[in-house]
Amino acid sequence: MRLVRSLIALVLLALALPASAALDAGVVAQLGADDSEVRIEAIRKLAVTQDPRAIDVLRALGDESLAVIDDGKRAVIVAGGQLSDAASGEKLGAAPSGLDPIIVNNRIRGEIGSAIAALRLGSSDRATRLAGARELQGSDNEEALPIIEAAAAKETDAEVKAVLELAGASLAIRSSDPAVRIKAAQRLAASTDPQVRQMLATLVTRQKDGSYPEPDDSVRAVVQASLNAVNERLRRTEMALALFSGLSLGSILLLAALGLAITYGLMGIINMAHGEFLMIGAYATYVVQGLFRSHFPGAFDWYVVAALPVAFIVTAAIGMALERSVLRFLYGRPLETLLTTWGVSLLLIQASRSFFGAQNVEVENPAWLSGGIALEGGYVLPFNRMVIIGFAMLVVLAVWLVINRTRLGLFVRGVTQNRAMASCTGVPTHRVDMLTFGLGSGVAGLGGVALSQIGNVGPDLGQGYIVDSFMVVVLGGVGQLAGTVIAALGLGSIAKFLEPWSGAVLAKITVLVFIILFIQKRPQGLFALRGRSAEA
Amino acid sequence: MTRLFPLPVWSAVFAVAALLIVVLPVLHLAVPAGHALHVSSFWITLLGKFMCYAVVALAMDLIWGYTGILSLGQGLFFALGGYAFGMYLMRQIGRDGVYGVDLPDFMVFLDWKELPWYWAGADSFLWSMFLVVAAPGLLAFVFGFFAFRSRIKGVYFSIITQALTFAAMLAFFRNDMGFGGNNGFTDFKRILGFPVTAPEMRTLLYVLSGLYLLGALVLARWIVTSKLGRVLTAIRDQESRLMFLGYRTLYFKLAIWTLAAVMSGIAGALYVPQVGIINPSEMSPANSIEIAIWAAVGGRGTLFGPIMGAFAVNGAKSWFTVAYPEYWLYFLGLLFVLVTLLLPRGLMGLLEKLRRRRRPIDAPATAAAAPLGEVKP
Repeated sequence: MRLVRSLIALVLLALALPASAALDAGVVAQLGADDSEVRIEAIRKLAVTQDPRAIDVLRALGDESLAVIDDGKRAVIVAGGQLSDAASGEKLGAAPSGLDPIIVNNRIRGEIGSAIAALRLGSSDRATRLAGARELQGSDNEEALPIIEAAAAKETDAEVKAVLELAGASLAIRSSDPAVRIKAAQRLAASTDPQVRQMLATLVTRQKDGSYPEPDDSVRAVVQASLNAVNERLRRTEMALALFSGLSLGSILLLAALGLAITYGLMGIINMAHGEFLMIGAYATYVVQGLFRSHFPGAFDWYVVAALPVAFIVTAAIGMALERSVLRFLYGRPLETLLTTWGVSLLLIQASRSFFGAQNVEVENPAWLSGGIALEGGYVLPFNRMVIIGFAMLVVLAVWLVINRTRLGLFVRGVTQNRAMASCTGVPTHRVDMLTFGLGSGVAGLGGVALSQIGNVGPDLGQGYIVDSFMVVVLGGVGQLAGTVIAALGLGSIAKFLEPWSGAVLAKITVLVFIILFIQKRPQGLFALRGRSAEA
Repeated sequence: MTRLFPLPVWSAVFAVAALLIVVLPVLHLAVPAGHALHVSSFWITLLGKFMCYAVVALAMDLIWGYTGILSLGQGLFFALGGYAFGMYLMRQIGRDGVYGVDLPDFMVFLDWKELPWYWAGADSFLWSMFLVVAAPGLLAFVFGFFAFRSRIKGVYFSIITQALTFAAMLAFFRNDMGFGGNNGFTDFKRILGFPVTAPEMRTLLYVLSGLYLLGALVLARWIVTSKLGRVLTAIRDQESRLMFLGYRTLYFKLAIWTLAAVMSGIAGALYVPQVGIINPSEMSPANSIEIAIWAAVGGRGTLFGPIMGAFAVNGAKSWFTVAYPEYWLYFLGLLFVLVTLLLPRGLMGLLEKLRRRRRPIDAPATAAAAPLGEVKP
């Protein structure tokens, strides 16, 4: 950025030296007027001067280092304690004290931004021109239209030209001449910008009094056609995007529910404190982050990886302690277990408030999890969500391996199917209970690490997930790992596909109602256990 | 009469009721403020609130303690009753709102021009009375019918009712629902034209709550001592055996579940004008689970237990949230853990144990209170 700026400065210098024509001092002085309208007028006038000096003046105004002297007749730039005349650049010596710079509000700031952008179109640097053109797309300074059109006409770079033409068309569509508007609307059909679509859609939407923002019927038809074209182009991107966010939400649900699929699905323990294990996992990430920041700042980017085993061990230990100290007395009494674990969840929430404060704590994304892949139309696929999708799959795989390929898994399945028989063959059932519950809690801890990368980390983090997680497990079918995976991804996708029509909250309600209805039809969930174990 | 309670119990009930429903209101209204015997409006409102809670605990006890169905939606029915009466209270504000127009303020704020269709009739007191019963009753009936027909029971049922409550809370948080969104209903002015904050109105609501609690207690006692009560207890202890005997347990469960919802709804309607606000947070799943702990603390499967539990837990809550707000959740959490682990029969069970220790040859406890054999999941 600094390089670009000094480049611009050099270019400006080169341009300014031969020309050295001063700006209109009267117009510059108007920048300090009391009336906002007058000031905006002046800014717009400066924007069309094509004079590089105007950039310095406007930038000074934006930095609040412009002041007026001589009863508002002369504007001066204050820089490093030195005064210079804003219009001519003439040095005026040391700045007197008590000189009040012109205060700018947000509206003026916006005007300054687009004015500078318009002025930058004259730059010989491609990146500068492109940035200027992009910025002008959102502007409504109609006076900039001739400049944009002139710049587009002589622009040689295809990308900059396209952006300029769009920016020009966005302005021209507000023109008072219907012919100009039609031409602008036709050109806008090439856009992939959601903002352009929004603008076009507004023009053809009937207002409350029955009129349209675009009064002319023929123009409206063209606008509608362009809108359709833009929609068509964006639709595919948006479908892909909805699929991605569905998958992303699904994988988050999956991470939240997988531990529950073990503790509830396999062991039949209703753990209402499950959400709090997610919360503990997220706080573990926060603590590891703090340790890395103070002790290994060089490896800070990898703190998330280090947090995984820490979160797993901490939550698994707490889970095992809970199982040994409380839950084992309640086996066979699921309703009591529900109430007790709810109490445990209250204790854990309040404990985290006492330790870490009631406010959310800040967990920073490491560099490799920030940013994302930019898509057509200004959409972004964030890296952290992509990584979480992959991570969820890895965790599912790991859990599957543990349950199906290890000795512990064999014991777990044995105890689930027939506790008495497993005990007779020498399986230490109590130990297995403890370890299974620890595994489920640990997996929740891993989910907490993932959640810390995409949302707020606070004492209430788990509360938002508990109902959803139970729904996933219930829908997937108790005791079914595959059912849990499919239910999580399915619910995530349904919610995300409903969202554009109904909004996030209504989508969530719809999904909940859907599950309640579904359970009526298939009380055993998507994947029912068959045979003897179904009765257990 | 004597079939319901033995005579000494009746006298105790009437003594407590007379103290709560007659003596305290008289002390509130007739004794001037500042006098040592004056009961302040704070206490009247607080106890009025608690009596509404006690009815909900009683309803919870009927459905959970006697029938073995742990409902995590009792808070939803309570809030629905509250909302139904709140609509009437909102209409009674008339043009005294902030914007001085006929519509409730939140609708003006949303730029709505007329009342949505489901607000039709909210002006009528009788219609709102009907809604207070019908809204929770109908929802419970429909939901219960489908749930019980699919033989959803045990924890499954609890979780589904929790999901229902959660979904309803999200829905009521939306402004588009037409129930005031986040803020719900508040700033009530009158009931039937009389100012809602006047001491007489407050006392009247309080007395009504007291009478309602007394009525609910007698009704519940009548149910649990009737044949219906025997069937309900049998459903709790061995539902499949009962079905083999030819009982359609669906209808028994549906009846008691709907009755419990209606009881909670009416309690909510009495509660809202006393506290002066109803908003969606009343529907949060946490509130419904808290209701279960009132019943558990007092003692499930007894009728006086849940009433005591509601008073005890809420009394503790009022004290903690003023004196040690940060320790309230610790207390509540521990209550959940310790009561289920160590006091499965609650305070009533504890009292019984103490009494029996004092008089070891005494007759065994009442039959209804005895079994706590858990239904299989």
